[in-house]
Amino acid sequence: MTPEMTPVATPFFFYLLSGLAIIGGVLVITRRNAVHSALALIVTLLAVSGLYLMLYAPFVAGVQIIVYAGGIMVLFLFVIMLVNIERTVKERQFNRIWPAGVLAAAALLGLFVSVYVKGKTLLSDPVTGKPLWPDPTISLPDSSNTQQIGVMLYGNYMFAFEIASLLLLVAILGAVIMAKKRI
Amino acid sequence: MLTSFMSYLGSQFSPGVAGNQLWALIYILIIFAGVSVAVIAMNWLERKALAHFQVRLGPMRVGPHGLLQPIADALKLLLKEDIIPAEADQVVFWVAPLIGLLAAFTVYTVVPFGPSQAVSDMNIGILFMLGVSSLGVLGIVTAGWASNSHYPLIGALRSSAQMVSYEVAMGLAVVSAILMTSLNESGTGTLSMIGIVQAQQQQGIWFIFKFFPLGLIAFVIFAIAMVAETNRAPFDLAEAESELTAGFHTEYSGLRWSLFMLAEYAAMIAVSSIAVTLWLGGWMHPFPNLLSAPAWEFIFSLFPALTFGGLAAIAFLGAARMPGHSFFKIQRAGLAVFAALLGVLALLLLVVAIAGRHADTSIAARFREGIDYVYWFVLKVAVFMYLFIWYRATWPRYRFDQLMKVGWKVMLPISLGVLIVTAIVGVLVK
Repeated sequence: MTPEMTPVATPFFFYLLSGLAIIGGVLVITRRNAVHSALALIVTLLAVSGLYLMLYAPFVAGVQIIVYAGGIMVLFLFVIMLVNIERTVKERQFNRIWPAGVLAAAALLGLFVSVYVKGKTLLSDPVTGKPLWPDPTISLPDSSNTQQIGVMLYGNYMFAFEIASLLLLVAILGAVIMAKKRI
Repeated sequence: MLTSFMSYLGSQFSPGVAGNQLWALIYILIIFAGVSVAVIAMNWLERKALAHFQVRLGPMRVGPHGLLQPIADALKLLLKEDIIPAEADQVVFWVAPLIGLLAAFTVYTVVPFGPSQAVSDMNIGILFMLGVSSLGVLGIVTAGWASNSHYPLIGALRSSAQMVSYEVAMGLAVVSAILMTSLNESGTGTLSMIGIVQAQQQQGIWFIFKFFPLGLIAFVIFAIAMVAETNRAPFDLAEAESELTAGFHTEYSGLRWSLFMLAEYAAMIAVSSIAVTLWLGGWMHPFPNLLSAPAWEFIFSLFPALTFGGLAAIAFLGAARMPGHSFFKIQRAGLAVFAALLGVLALLLLVVAIAGRHADTSIAARFREGIDYVYWFVLKVAVFMYLFIWYRATWPRYRFDQLMKVGWKVMLPISLGVLIVTAIVGVLVK
């Protein structure tokens, strides 16, 4: 019924959003002030939600904004605001394992690059013989995305979904028991 | 350019869906200007209505009956010194009002003023609205923290706790309304704002009356939670002046303070339009299932003209009743001009209503339809805006523990129960 939506300025928005996400991510770990880090993390989360939109996953994008940017980050800020920022800014870094972190990051980068290079030419699907990458011009219908997720979660993967919610319930109960002296 | 400009006029889709960027820009500008004017009008109305509730006159000096008071206020705020406290976090202090403002205005992308009178229609419309409006609290929290002062910090903590708690009840109430959209042959509901109103159109009932009283209870829970979400009385603990001076914006002054006010009122209009869309039939006129004959359509299309005509009559009466002293000469003339402008607007609307009375595809008919849709939507939102003022004048402020108790122990269980019962009744009815 509705006319086919055509993506507008896709590469531009992709680079803009990825750039924002990366800058935000770098700021999260380089800022000494915890509140600035949290704000940078919000920018990153919003940029990632924009990337989800570009991948024709509007439901995931919406949930990303509601749950992470609007819910969890508010609670983060709530806690961080009570920390004495002036003292934490003067605190020296006592953790000396950053070389290990750099090594892990470099390994991950190498993995990404090799998958990108090989996936374009060498790797191919054993059945169809097509390269690993999907067709870049593919356009998926986003009109039924939410319904499909609903069918998946409450139909095919019902059991896993319920187990996950039970796990969260246990975590909530544990938090309440630890926080309250007298139940 | 001109062809794409004109070709959209016959379209039945919102510009975002039709992919028409020019018209999307025009709609955005119209909505931005409209919301800003509405905020200015709301400012005047709130001061005036509150004053009358308390047996005062309210603003009377600037313009007839204080009609120009908002402009004077805006000028004052623009010219006022903009103070940033020395110990404040400069960057965050500067960014905080913008976060709130951005969140409040971004939401209007999906507000459905009519079936095609919206900037865009998203598949996740209602999720987008709830998500982006929940970002507004970040502006308050960062403002409170960046001020580096006690009152703002406590105000920000209160407001974040309050907003996070009431969001839960609000979300569950919204879900029960979304559940009702799936009661059709195919059994698939929708999250799109336009789709939700169209579902009510198909089922021939506003969701507030659906499964009486389930829809009504969900609506009442949303109506309470939305007052808490926008930090308005009786839930305005974030700016409780008797304990916290002015709460999170104590350290703000001038233009930045006015941005907070703009964001607050824009957010009020936004949440009201969510309530109107989900439960009150959006752009539909009252009794859409019973009174849908062409004669009734024509009568309902006269309402915009009648409203403005009535306002013009009130303004003329005010001009006529002004004291006869020569001090009031300018005021009387100003009010008469204002009344004349309203009268001309009413005449224009009347002409459009008569020219476009036949339901066909002519430009006049499309124009008349558009005015009708926007009129009924805005009228319903306006009722909510008046309710916001009424609440503020009527109820004393909650204490914080009472607020939390109401949110978690009363509203959350009720909204959960309504959701479950709605689901069961929905399955039984099918």
